Amino acid sequence: MGIPRALLYYHYYPMWKAFFESLGGTVVTSGETTRAILDAGIKVTVDEACLPVKVFHGHVLALAGKCDYVFVPRLVSVERRAFICPKFMGLPDMIRCNCRDAPRIIDSCINLSRTTREYVRAVLATGRMFTRSTLRILAAHRRGRAALTRYGRCLESGMTPDEAMAFMGVAPLSDELAQRAVAAASSTSGVARGGGGAANVVIGLVGHPYIIYDSFVSMNVIRRLREMGATVITADMLPWAVTEREAARFPKRVFWTIGRRLLGAGFHFLRSGTVHGCLHMSAFACGPESLIGDILEREAARHRDVPFATITVDEHTGEAGVLTRLEAFVDVVTRRRKQ
Amino acid sequence: MKITFAHMGNLYITVKALLEDLGAEVVVPPMPSKRTLSIGSRYSPEFACLPLKVNIGNYVEALELGADTIAMAGGVGPCRFGMYGEVQREILKALGYEFDMVIIEPPQGRIRHVLEQAGRLVGRNPMRKYVGAVRLAWAKMTAVDELEKAAQRARPFERRRGAATSALGSALKLVDEAAGISQVRRALEEGQEMLRSVQDPTPGASRRNPESPPRIGIVGEVYVVLEPFVNFEVERRLGEMGVLVERSIYIGDWVKEHVFKDFMRLRKSRRPYDLAKPYLCHFVGGHGVETVGHTVEYARRGFDGVIQLAPFTCMPEIVAQDVLPAVSRDLGIPVMTLVFDEHSSDTGVLTRLEAFVDLVERSRRRRRARDGTMG
Repeated sequence: MGIPRALLYYHYYPMWKAFFESLGGTVVTSGETTRAILDAGIKVTVDEACLPVKVFHGHVLALAGKCDYVFVPRLVSVERRAFICPKFMGLPDMIRCNCRDAPRIIDSCINLSRTTREYVRAVLATGRMFTRSTLRILAAHRRGRAALTRYGRCLESGMTPDEAMAFMGVAPLSDELAQRAVAAASSTSGVARGGGGAANVVIGLVGHPYIIYDSFVSMNVIRRLREMGATVITADMLPWAVTEREAARFPKRVFWTIGRRLLGAGFHFLRSGTVHGCLHMSAFACGPESLIGDILEREAARHRDVPFATITVDEHTGEAGVLTRLEAFVDVVTRRRKQ
Repeated sequence: MKITFAHMGNLYITVKALLEDLGAEVVVPPMPSKRTLSIGSRYSPEFACLPLKVNIGNYVEALELGADTIAMAGGVGPCRFGMYGEVQREILKALGYEFDMVIIEPPQGRIRHVLEQAGRLVGRNPMRKYVGAVRLAWAKMTAVDELEKAAQRARPFERRRGAATSALGSALKLVDEAAGISQVRRALEEGQEMLRSVQDPTPGASRRNPESPPRIGIVGEVYVVLEPFVNFEVERRLGEMGVLVERSIYIGDWVKEHVFKDFMRLRKSRRPYDLAKPYLCHFVGGHGVETVGHTVEYARRGFDGVIQLAPFTCMPEIVAQDVLPAVSRDLGIPVMTLVFDEHSSDTGVLTRLEAFVDLVERSRRRRRARDGTMG
């Protein structure tokens, strides 16, 4: 079973891996995003598609020949009365139309917006590819959920997805990378503190997981901030209760799950005084973020003590440009802190 | 209380009739113009989709004319439209306007809820009055649709370029001014007669192709399909090039499918969904599935081409656009996507339309020749 290392890989990989492996499958992933993967994705998608979707196409193509099936679930909704993004709802269709040489697609439809029944049916249907025993499927699902819970706890303790997966021993990284991540994670006793750089600041990073954790797409934003000495906190490192509470400050419940989480995290960073600066990173022309970003900007204008910046990335973004902006931002945050 | 609302094509005729018949004072914003768009894009988030920006322009221009209440629809996602009202309120408040914004959320079946929200806008009314107002608005809406369809049929055959469009304009004015249902009916008949009279009755009078003008279907996101200002009058342009145009969405159908059936919890038509398979097998918000479904339908009905219209960054339409090349390839129908934002230009759109019509004609000739030799 191939799992593309893109989009909600960063949220669900430990669960999917545990699920498929307990059913006797072997899980492979595409490697980290590279220029070649991105270029392959750009070639098969329409111009208007957003960067993460293009990257996802590239990862699916990279899995061709390495697996019998690719797992491209149709993630309609992962909680009641909310969606993720329209593009996730049409993702298997896009892949099928654009990547004709891709391995067979498993497009389990995950839709929890109204009932859990549909979800259970999707889990069972996916599991039946491996076994006819409903009990075994449910046990595998339970194991998956347990892995997800453990993963969530790792993230909340301040690890990035790569570190958390390495820590849990499920990382698909090459050995050397995994070891480095484990070392980094354990040396800071689970809390991802920066080291080396001069700045001693905490920065709240707001952005979709598949942007900020993809080292190629985000130009390594987390590592770079840490190298400058900053401690990075992302939305995934905050408890759900906090982001839900903060997001409820907005008069309407935001109906995008990640959008609401990011909005809550942004509000928390700007209002709670726990960070020295708030950095927002989004993909060019991201639909939900066009509005979420605007709401955050307006909120930031009311909290002048926390510097706020937005960095937009797309397939043409140059590393030097991003780096310059990051350095400038960290400088501002550091100076503001000294004052 | 002076109520205003955003423009979407000729929807204002219907909304105005509805609200005024219920005793509200209505300020119809000026028709969208360059000024509207530049106000809208100055104050809106950069990557928000075009309808949000034009709406902001409409509101500002209406508030300048003295409106103090904005009526807006809400939504439950996943399309961004559902968040428009809240974001627009923030934008306008930050600009310092004093107003009340009534966001009508889909009631999902509770008719009492609808009446409560309506009550906030127009005060308490007896049920009889609501029924009367809805009937008048409905009559006007149907008349507008009929006239627009008649104009689409008339354009390729008009004697003087632009005659059908100006006849449509006067006919719509008659409908707008009609005070009762019988007057609406008379206005419709008069309008249809006007549109008949601009055509050249002699056979072979079509501007482009004497025996049968090429047929092009327009699909896409409802706002840019219905609003001629933002789509640079695609319909008129094509019609005047001698093309018979049909759109996938008319206001009447849209209201029936998305407003009325939602309110009444009636089962919606599954047809676009069935047609869109296997290309797009799941609802993706907005009109994504409809876009694909209607493209398939136009191909089966023997249309010569399909044009998809979408606002820049529209999520559902991007999904549709992504699978349309496969539809085009499998069913052999040329498909072009036009994306609009505040930077789109008149000439750019016109050039693409001309090129597309040329392409459509050529592919039709080729198809005919092939069918001829085979037959």
